[in-house]
Amino acid sequence: MRNRYTVVLSAVLLVGVGALILGQKVNAAGESKITGTVKLDGPAPHMKGIDMSKDPFCSKAHATDPGKMETYVVGADGGMENVVLYLSEGLSNPTTETTEPVFDQKNCMYTPHVLALDTDQKFKVVTSDQTTHNIHPLPNPMTGNIPWNQSQPPGAAPVVKSWKAPEVIPVQCNIHPWMHGWFVVVKGPYATTDEKGNYTINNVPPGNYTVTAWQEAAGTQTQKVTVAAGGSASANFSFKAK
Amino acid sequence: MRTGLGNCSLLLGAAAVMLALSLPSSAQLTQYDLEKRIGMESHVGNITGHAKDAKPEYRRFCVGCHGELGDGNGENFPWVDPKPRDFQLGVFKCRSTPTGTLPTDADLFDTIARGMDRSNMPQWSNLTKQERADLVAWVKHFSPRWVGEKPGTPITVPPEPAVTPERIKAGREVFARVQCWKCHGVLGQANGPSAATLTDDLGRPIAPFNFTEGARPKCGDTDKDIYRIFMTGLDGTPMPSFADNIKPDEAWDLVFYLRTLMSQHSKEKAMAKQLGLKPVDPNAPPPQQ
Repeated sequence: MRNRYTVVLSAVLLVGVGALILGQKVNAAGESKITGTVKLDGPAPHMKGIDMSKDPFCSKAHATDPGKMETYVVGADGGMENVVLYLSEGLSNPTTETTEPVFDQKNCMYTPHVLALDTDQKFKVVTSDQTTHNIHPLPNPMTGNIPWNQSQPPGAAPVVKSWKAPEVIPVQCNIHPWMHGWFVVVKGPYATTDEKGNYTINNVPPGNYTVTAWQEAAGTQTQKVTVAAGGSASANFSFKAK
Repeated sequence: MRTGLGNCSLLLGAAAVMLALSLPSSAQLTQYDLEKRIGMESHVGNITGHAKDAKPEYRRFCVGCHGELGDGNGENFPWVDPKPRDFQLGVFKCRSTPTGTLPTDADLFDTIARGMDRSNMPQWSNLTKQERADLVAWVKHFSPRWVGEKPGTPITVPPEPAVTPERIKAGREVFARVQCWKCHGVLGQANGPSAATLTDDLGRPIAPFNFTEGARPKCGDTDKDIYRIFMTGLDGTPMPSFADNIKPDEAWDLVFYLRTLMSQHSKEKAMAKQLGLKPVDPNAPPPQQ
């Protein structure tokens, strides 16, 4: 009889403690975040237009909205798009992102121009175009990321891939040499700025971190932040065009 | 005593600096890294190649272009084009395996014997099979990829069907659909709209294959070789893999159509002539898959 009580009691205790631990984890993971804005200090550099006349499909797609380079994409109030923010120091147990972002070849441009990824996070390369592209990322094989090169003619099935190691990987289409984008592979949570330069890194466990902001031409900047359990920290960045 | 100690620490300091300078850096492979991988083997058929046995052959025949450290930076580097392969990267054009994977030992073995047409890489068919297998192991020992990674699984090449006019016409449709002409040109003259701007993975200008000059494709000129070239892609170059977008049966059709573009005489060429086959129209809307 007494034995039975002990068993029931310990079972209840076990479940209770388990729930408490799990609950806390979900809470901490769901609510702590780092937010901020990335701005350009000074006037937005002029972005060159792209001559797509070699491919009638591409030039037709841009008949009313001529394509231009995307080295700097700056909003009206100086907000910089396509800046990747990640935790370069302080993460003890990074978990892998499980979402599967899409990298689209649309109107002979990459959408998005910069795709941030966690290591081993799968991503999907698709084409919306009626012209053949080849998707050709150029990582340094010494990092453990291996270059590959696949064609995507009109209507091609998506290509699903992932990267092993943190690295900034340029990606290009050899058929349309103006098509140039980036896979920014980092360890742990990350964010990419929107058209206003705003970002939110979600799922940050409490702790002290170095936040790194990466922009393809302006370089990188870092800031130290402290994230409290269930709270949020903020880090704003200001870049000068190079 | 005091001076003795001072001398001693000075000596120690100098030794530490020397040690720091001689340690292998992570950016560039050194003789030290290579020594660790000298046990590398290759397996081609029933022959086992040993890296340690290849050193004399490599130093005699290969080092001038590919370099002591296998980085393609031999003394002939400035004078040859296409540039010698950098074996440290472990990225190879001629493979039977999918894009982004290591070639098989047999692939490297065949490449050594075949040489690279229109380059400074001659055919090494005069070497014995054992020597070539040893050289394969030696080539592999330059890249850290072979320590932790296995070669890809070779793509399946179904038996070659008989050439028919229908197959040649179907091959022409594949050529139009996947837009080979964007680089190779509608007549295979390497003058497609994207030909002039092509660069290899290291940013150096590179020309697409010209089918009309009587040249042999770099990765072999049998029908099976041509099948493999466009299905696996030539890694390190702009030539992508079409394995996801051309079905095996269609791939043979394309091989037959490519033969009609080549200047060498072939039954495919004769059939195309009889059919009165016209080059594909680059301005036609791309047919749906």
